[in-house]
Amino acid sequence: MEPFKTLTSLAMPLDRTNVDTDQIIPKQFLKRIERTGYGDFLFFDWRQTPEGKPVADFVINNPRYKGAQILVAGKNFGCGSSREHAAWALSDYGFRVVIAPTFADIFFSNAGKNGIVLARLTEGEVETLLQNAQKIPGYKLTVSLEEQTVKDDRGFSAKFDIDPFRKFCLLEGLDDIGLTLRHAAELDKFEQQHEAATWLRAK
Amino acid sequence: MSSTPKTLFEKVWEQHVVAEPKGEPTLLYIDLQLVHEVTSPQAFEGLRLAGRKVRRPDRTIATIDHNVPTTIEGRLNIVDQISAKQISTLRQNCKDFGVELYDIDSREQGIVHVIGPELGITKPGMTIVCGDSHTSTHGAFGALAFGIGTSEVEHVLATQTLPQSKPTTFRIAVEGKLPQGVTAKDIILAIIGKIGTDGATGCVIEYAGSAIRSLSMEGRMTVCNMSIEAGARAGMIAPDETTFAYLKGRRFSPQGADWDKAVEEWKKLPSDPGAKYDRELVIDAATLAPYVSWGTSPGMVAPVTASVPDPAAAANEQDRKSFERALEYMDLKAGTPLSEVAIDRVFIGSCTNGRIEDLRAAAKIAAGHKVSSRVHAMVVPGSQQVKAQAIEEGLDKVFKEAGFDWREPGCSMCLGMNPDILSPGERCASTSNRNFEGRQGRGGRTHLVSPEMAAAAAIAGHFVDIRNWEVREEVTA
Repeated sequence: MEPFKTLTSLAMPLDRTNVDTDQIIPKQFLKRIERTGYGDFLFFDWRQTPEGKPVADFVINNPRYKGAQILVAGKNFGCGSSREHAAWALSDYGFRVVIAPTFADIFFSNAGKNGIVLARLTEGEVETLLQNAQKIPGYKLTVSLEEQTVKDDRGFSAKFDIDPFRKFCLLEGLDDIGLTLRHAAELDKFEQQHEAATWLRAK
Repeated sequence: MSSTPKTLFEKVWEQHVVAEPKGEPTLLYIDLQLVHEVTSPQAFEGLRLAGRKVRRPDRTIATIDHNVPTTIEGRLNIVDQISAKQISTLRQNCKDFGVELYDIDSREQGIVHVIGPELGITKPGMTIVCGDSHTSTHGAFGALAFGIGTSEVEHVLATQTLPQSKPTTFRIAVEGKLPQGVTAKDIILAIIGKIGTDGATGCVIEYAGSAIRSLSMEGRMTVCNMSIEAGARAGMIAPDETTFAYLKGRRFSPQGADWDKAVEEWKKLPSDPGAKYDRELVIDAATLAPYVSWGTSPGMVAPVTASVPDPAAAANEQDRKSFERALEYMDLKAGTPLSEVAIDRVFIGSCTNGRIEDLRAAAKIAAGHKVSSRVHAMVVPGSQQVKAQAIEEGLDKVFKEAGFDWREPGCSMCLGMNPDILSPGERCASTSNRNFEGRQGRGGRTHLVSPEMAAAAAIAGHFVDIRNWEVREEVTA
């Protein structure tokens, strides 16, 4: 996982609430067995017509936002299906940060495992960023994970909360299994005792 | 005894704490992982690349459900080569890593959340995960069960643990007697409509109250299944005599003295009197009705007797925009009575409503009637065992005589990853769990309802209030 410190990038506004993972990456792309190559399918049904033509007024097709690595969206982003393909698609497309008032739980966890920083700002702050990104050509944001801030060069500045351990893992780009295996001895001991609970055996 | 009263959730959580490193999430032991073809290939590949094994193959089971066609011919020759590859990849992974697989030709194949309980693998007090958000289903047994992503699937395969931040608790009590025609599906649709699709984010919901206690295990699974649609991490219901009666004698349920010991332990699980929850909500069962979803989010529901709502009446600007967008996608006009909305397709099945009791309920409505000539209606049993039981009870005949299409088990049209999909513009009364844009096929329009409501809509060709339905023939097993 690639470590994250600070990023300055164009901000892409996605002014929709409850963006579910079925929209982030539709079902037909979940049949692949690879972990990469999902970027072209991000928001597939929103970005192109059934005939395969780009939907002109969908934000991802607006050349103004080409290269954006920060996505700004409405509340409850990433709700629905647990598919990690949603995080893979965002990451593959190039997004390193999503800013929204709230995120759904499973997506929140999946994003962290893929080095994507999720910054929760207030509804008012997100509204300001959505407006600015829509109105001001070349609107850029700077996200600092160390400072836990989102800033622009026009005086906007907001802080976001993040669990200290999640922050540490994102800053260092740490792999979870390796971290868990630090507790191998405790795990062995727990598991041995837990076997006595025959009523919790699977089979 | 002066110990602090605990909730069901807290008891299960505490029994599974492996380590609590300072400043880090708790390391939680996982009793059971369920695996299916869609969210596992990258996890097994990760193990291979790191030279890791599956730590506890005896605590891991796999089946094929999402991609499998629901016709016999379709299953014998899977035309979609990408699906076929994903299925064969799971077979190879299970072989390489020693995981038991309930394959397409198994008499126990089915939707992962249907077969876990019916095999007696799901048990009260367990921690259960699966790379599927509807894992919350298993909470109906008093297990802590939740959906995870593929990185976490790999983590559990390798370590049988997961680092987890402790969720908050939310008790939802549904009190009183359910009115006639109001089902478990209507309870959960009402709850989501009331608290919203992010109403329980970060929470484990415990469903309680007399209306919940009166539900069968199938009904409880329907309620817990859609917890995720309210944003919850998991849903749980305390185990009781209904739970024990369901589990007794199942293939992987404890037997003999082990059974008695198990019941003794499981009886300790219900929340203690006076246990504290972070949030509580009480719903009067008498106020509930049969519901129909009208929009593109499971919170967009209304009683069947209501009309499509007017976005102008939305609480705020954000909701107004999303309501307008939803009505445009659904091709509905504000003010149209829901009972006048005509449908093209019906889907009865899924991990929400594909169990034997759901099929019995739908068959009772269908018996002696005929499916409308404008509707194609499918019944897809949730598993091979559900299918066999339905055939034994003659339900397949009831459905076929009424003009329903009787299929083979799988996820089918719940999510359109197999040949069962809606065509653009088609409108479907569905017993599944999500009405997201394109969920059942690009451009398809989904209305979530109970099995009874779906069966009645198939016959009438539009939504009808099931409370006024004429039951023509008794269906007896």
